[in-house]
Amino acid sequence: MYRTAKGEEIFVIDGHTHFWDGSPANQKNIHGKQFIECFYAYHSNLSPPSEKWEKEKFEKYDAKTMFDDLFVTGYDDMAILQPTYLTDFYKNGFNTTERNSAMKKNHPDRFILNGAFDPRDGTKGLEDLHALSEKHKLKGVKLYTAEWRGESKGYTLSDKASYKYLEAAQKLGIKNIHVHKGPTILPLNRDAFDVADIDDVATSFQDLNFIVEHCGLPRLDDFCWIATQETNVYAGLAVALPFIHSRPGYFAHVISELLFWVGPDKILYGSDYAIWTPKWLIDKFMAFEIPADVTKETGSVLSMETKTKILGLNAARLYGIDVEAQKKKIKAGGGYAHLPEAVHAPR
Amino acid sequence: MKGGAEKVELPQNRQSHDRQAEIWACLQGVMDPELDESVTDLNFVAKADVDSENRVYIEFRLPTYWCAANFSFLMADDMRRVVSALDWVKGVSVVLGEHMYADKINAGLAKGLSFQETFGVEADGNLDDLRQTFLVKAYQRRQVALLNHLLGVGHSPETIVALTLMELGCLPVDDEGGKLVRRYLERRAVVGPLRADEPAFVDAEGARLKTDGFAAYVSGLRRVCVNAEFNGALCRGLLSVRFDLETPFVPKSKASSKTPDSQHVP
Repeated sequence: MYRTAKGEEIFVIDGHTHFWDGSPANQKNIHGKQFIECFYAYHSNLSPPSEKWEKEKFEKYDAKTMFDDLFVTGYDDMAILQPTYLTDFYKNGFNTTERNSAMKKNHPDRFILNGAFDPRDGTKGLEDLHALSEKHKLKGVKLYTAEWRGESKGYTLSDKASYKYLEAAQKLGIKNIHVHKGPTILPLNRDAFDVADIDDVATSFQDLNFIVEHCGLPRLDDFCWIATQETNVYAGLAVALPFIHSRPGYFAHVISELLFWVGPDKILYGSDYAIWTPKWLIDKFMAFEIPADVTKETGSVLSMETKTKILGLNAARLYGIDVEAQKKKIKAGGGYAHLPEAVHAPR
Repeated sequence: MKGGAEKVELPQNRQSHDRQAEIWACLQGVMDPELDESVTDLNFVAKADVDSENRVYIEFRLPTYWCAANFSFLMADDMRRVVSALDWVKGVSVVLGEHMYADKINAGLAKGLSFQETFGVEADGNLDDLRQTFLVKAYQRRQVALLNHLLGVGHSPETIVALTLMELGCLPVDDEGGKLVRRYLERRAVVGPLRADEPAFVDAEGARLKTDGFAAYVSGLRRVCVNAEFNGALCRGLLSVRFDLETPFVPKSKASSKTPDSQHVP
């Protein structure tokens, strides 16, 4: 819960969080080592110095640390757990639905647990998806199209096999498809971050929502174009948002382009925890205004109403969260006890 | 290398310095295709040495272990080509360090293989289309920088779209404007012929820009720029973190310089 100086309460849903184990003990090979080191470089490069973690803590943190960073120190009311399996790199996987489910189990009102699938897993994978969905009542999945699987270095959403899985998701009521791209898309001679396959499936699956994590970076230009064409394509702000500290000028341009092309109803806040933590991100975001010269170019303004949508209301709509009811539940569970009384007192 | 730069210099040493400077100057012209910035300005090149037999050894590394294989290969291949073109060079070795495809790419480079030959079934063609796509993006980025400059100093859209290539070349501009014109013209051939009477400003398909819809066209190009600047910032940051953390790399004197050619001439 974020409370403005005027006493307005902003309900925050963090669209992108992880409960990972990237520790050396869990690493299977050099790729596992390089993967967590790459995350750590993002963390070190874009976090304010006071928010930097020691590498060891970053590799593996405990459930309490995560809970406190999100909901006690941080302003999140709820958080979506997005899995990243990486079973070719990590012995027990990096951040599986199973591992994440421990967080959900202990704090059911705070977390939304997403699953995952990989179209290369064939019929067995479809069965697993059914079982996973039944067990956890999934409303969303996170796909990592650049995941290595044996000899394969990735897949595209427009593959025949992907269609089968998306059809299954549709039947299972999994409406939200979060997509993250990485650099090893095949064939390797093409643009690795090409978002054309999202365009393809967004057209074919009109009643699914495609949330493109990291708003298609580094292909912001192509992404904005398809998001304009397709009504069911959304932008996840993880990775773009931390630039608000180190390069606020760039962030201003990115957010104003997103507002111009994608619109205020289709942008979702995400911390990408534990790469970054909600407290400083939201403090900076709430204080942020798009500079006049950028507004002059794009006409984009980051109003309080827009901030409220980005921080929580858009995700609430996608995941069917009744914000007022959810606030009551969290309050009843003592979730706001750490806040000054006035924050949740009746107004 | 620098250690040998005493006041009294052996002719052989001086020649070696000159040659190394020449290599750096060549590498300065190799661009990261995605960022449209020089691989030396980006600090990707960790080493460029010349031995007594005029063989050249280049080592480079990228901001992450996961940087796209195709761009990594393109940059390596471009480095190999520009350096091989120097008439005194007797052989070039380009080695990519700490990358998911380092072994494959280095083996391909050592044998002088193409991208397709290097990657076999993982690729279904060469890199020409990809290279062209990013040359067009670089063209657009350079174009919008120049257009913004010209609009900023008071040229109207009407005057701008009417300019021929010759007229653009003769336009009185300040230093900043001159640099932008030069950079723009370097990429102008990507989208159409460079004859003097051709329009100076054409779109990605080679059609002359129109006053009608000019503002919308310029704002459309803005996205390409935001993208590239964003990437550039991220790449520099990640590279510096990555190599400060893991492999303490003491840059040669070029690290702080944007003009390695002048730095390396003794």
